[in-house]
Amino acid sequence: MNRQILMGLGAIALIAVPFIGVPPYWLHIMIVILIWSFAYTGWSVMGRFGLVSLGHGAFMGIGAYGTALLWNHAGMSPWLGIPIAMALAGLFALLVGYPCFKYRIVGHYFALVTLALSEIVRQVIVATRDHTGGSLGYTPEPHGGEGYSIVALQFPEKTHFYLIALGVWMVGLIIWRAVDRSMSRYALEAISEDEDASASVGVEVTKEKLKITVLSAVMTAFAGAMYCQYQMFVSPDTVSGIGISLQIVFAVVAGGIYTRFGPTVGAIITIVLAEVLRINIAELEGLFGFKPAGLDNTIYGIMLVLFIIFLPKGVLGSIQGRLFGRSA
Amino acid sequence: MTGQASSGAAPMLVLDDVTAGYGDFQALFGVSLDVKAGEAVAVIGPNGAGKSTLMRAISGMILLKGGTVVMEGQRLSEVAPHKIVEMGIAHVPENRRLFPRMSVEENLRVGSFAPPFRAKYADRLEFVYTLFPRMKERRNQLAGTMSGGEQQMCAIGRALMSDPKILLMDEPSAGLAPVIVQQVFELIRKIRADGLTVLIVEQNVQQVLKVVDRAYLLEAGTIRHSGLAADLLGSEDIRRAYIGV
Amino acid sequence: METFFDNLFSVFFIETLLNGLLYGGVLALLSLGLNLIFGVIDVVWICYAELVMLGMYAVYFAHNVYGLPMLPACAVAILAVALLGYILHRVVIAHVLGKAPINQLLATGGVLFFLQSIATLIFGVEFLSVGVSLGSFQITEDIYVSKSQLVAFIIAAVTVLGMYLFLSRSYMGAAIRAISQDREIMILMGVDANRLYGITSAIGGGLAGLAACLLALQFDVHPFVGISFGPLVFMICVMGGLGNLVGGFIAAFVFAQLIATGSYFADLEWGAVLAFCVFVIAMFIRPEGLFARKS
Ligand SMILES: Nc1ncnc2c1ncn2[C@@H]1O[C@H](COP(=O)(O)OP(=O)(O)OP(=O)(O)O)[C@@H](O)[C@H]1O
Ligand SMILES: [Mg+2]
Repeated sequence: MNRQILMGLGAIALIAVPFIGVPPYWLHIMIVILIWSFAYTGWSVMGRFGLVSLGHGAFMGIGAYGTALLWNHAGMSPWLGIPIAMALAGLFALLVGYPCFKYRIVGHYFALVTLALSEIVRQVIVATRDHTGGSLGYTPEPHGGEGYSIVALQFPEKTHFYLIALGVWMVGLIIWRAVDRSMSRYALEAISEDEDASASVGVEVTKEKLKITVLSAVMTAFAGAMYCQYQMFVSPDTVSGIGISLQIVFAVVAGGIYTRFGPTVGAIITIVLAEVLRINIAELEGLFGFKPAGLDNTIYGIMLVLFIIFLPKGVLGSIQGRLFGRSA
Repeated sequence: MTGQASSGAAPMLVLDDVTAGYGDFQALFGVSLDVKAGEAVAVIGPNGAGKSTLMRAISGMILLKGGTVVMEGQRLSEVAPHKIVEMGIAHVPENRRLFPRMSVEENLRVGSFAPPFRAKYADRLEFVYTLFPRMKERRNQLAGTMSGGEQQMCAIGRALMSDPKILLMDEPSAGLAPVIVQQVFELIRKIRADGLTVLIVEQNVQQVLKVVDRAYLLEAGTIRHSGLAADLLGSEDIRRAYIGV
Repeated sequence: METFFDNLFSVFFIETLLNGLLYGGVLALLSLGLNLIFGVIDVVWICYAELVMLGMYAVYFAHNVYGLPMLPACAVAILAVALLGYILHRVVIAHVLGKAPINQLLATGGVLFFLQSIATLIFGVEFLSVGVSLGSFQITEDIYVSKSQLVAFIIAAVTVLGMYLFLSRSYMGAAIRAISQDREIMILMGVDANRLYGITSAIGGGLAGLAACLLALQFDVHPFVGISFGPLVFMICVMGGLGNLVGGFIAAFVFAQLIATGSYFADLEWGAVLAFCVFVIAMFIRPEGLFARKS
């Protein structure tokens, strides 16, 4: 009861954010956090069952580029383009997931196969540079008129996009909870404990895994499309490839993989960290007179490693573990 | 704790008040026992009593939480765990634990890994092959593809490669057909006759008590009873609980 | 269609196949190191290709900046990466041994970020070329093979053979294979598992360093060069069965051919895409034995 009131108040506060004069920069950061939180939540619905995919950059890329390409080349509104891109990502997930699950490619193997997957999508984007702009990136064409366009899903006003992102993020949390309360959860937990034993008591291992994988892929593709619509620019390195895939997994683990708000906390931590590093590095540039390119990522990399070694349950997971004596 | 049963020779291996376990879980609560040179001693007890834990504590697979294990006057806690085998203690682990994707001969070779054993490799191989002619026949077969009995021979052979003074065996007859079980006990007799000291864990109580000198009864991590094998074999309680007569 | 067949039977295509074969040697060497580490330590070094990248920089600096002749420069690079492999194990891997695979992957993934960006920080993003040209080698009137590729192939083949002999003949090699099958009881064999892990990590690093030397003969080095072959090496290892050295060896040559062929008919990227498609198809039909399954 209390919890619900708390959540309601939280939701109202979040909705109020753009109307109380929050500076555009902060609004921007919040939008980015919301979009990535949704992507991370999408990853975590499968990741929490031991299905460690390092390939979600592929789905992000398909969502982002699919939507933008359909808009630019076929003039198709994202209202249609996004579902198509999501379907494509789902299909792709099926195509790769089916043999993986059927032939019990799990653990390290699964991680590596999916890692290769994300890299391949990046390569395809680069290779089709005539259409996608290659590694230079790609921009959905502006809708032509003034202000926002519902048909083109383009909202230059940050406030509009903030509210959309907020809604999407909440839907992500609802999906997370639905999975958490579904029968599939028990099946998948059993599978992650012992595949053979689950199969022998009648759990349809391959089917359950495929279902959750497709859900996860589709959510991630949607996040990719959102990201593209918001930034009005994508490049292979910002939505696909190993870097993004690792970033997704890392953020979720940093936040807490088994809790609903874990991915969101992970997004806040990683994005704020990256911003802080970026800004401070920019100041150092003024100090040194040259740009210490890569210093932010160097520190980021070190922090990743330290995090994994010293806080393997993630921030939220560790805090909850302390507070409630729960072993997540 | 010494001075029971057979007298004479000084104990080769002495455990005093040993406690051990896994993480927070304690499996052994102050176990004391000793084995004299040339003796064969059995540890019997129900499932989960801590018999395998006891063997692992001796051979360094797990660290002690308390107490001491002394081999020929040397405290084993002062020796690096992987050097314990060089003290003359060889352990045939529960479930054999061969390297399944290596050949019989390669398994034996790993048994000679420690530098002091390498010089003796050819001699020991000869010795093992004489003891188990069957292993010589199967030298190039992958260990994982052999029958249970053959695997047990290979596991014992692997332990013998280090030319140990004392051989720890953890349920060597487990999971084997009755005929093979007979062979295993026959083998233990043979090994003993060669002068090797033996500490053996067995579920096959009746049989093992016929090949050892003394035995300890371990229950719930503590020694409940000990004595000469013949006396235990005659004991009404033991017979009822462990032999099922 | 006509052009397709023209292409297929042209001497250039034969040259392509030959180059694929030669490239396969280097890929085999790359997958060997990764496979060895995984087989023994049961941890995948996601940052493996980044170690190779640093090795290439080591060659560059030793040879082009400090003026060492090529061979000593290569020796420096091999030793440096071997040391790096050892340090990686001690500083990072040792802390995540036995933890959930996801944490292991992320820890080495963090190292990947770290190595890439520290290379950017120190060396900048320019493409640096070691600039050693061995010229090329004429086979028939029209077919040329670059000598650096040939040298790379021969060295890779010899190394793979040497590793095979080491693993099958020596005590250390036997222990390395044994620990990958049952690590817990190695202590009963008188093996100090931590020391063996350290040694294996150094060997794996050394192999990465050697691969770096061979790659430096053919490619420019930059902080992101690892990405261009890393995923490929992962696919090769999975295809051959992680930890299965022979499988990895065969898969390396298959993939090298696919890439060479793909890049012959289209772009280099398409070669990688083709390789991946074949990889997925191969998973569907699953030739028995190609995948060693971990039990
Ligand atoms: N690796 C382990 N981790 C945690 N607990 C363990 C481990 N191995 C054994 N135990 C526990 O320690 C206790 C003693 O086990 P142990 O294997 O020593 O018994 P045992 O007498 O050898 O039994 P059995 O006759 O079935 O082989 C048991 O309660 C067991 O559950
Ligand atoms: Mg036992």
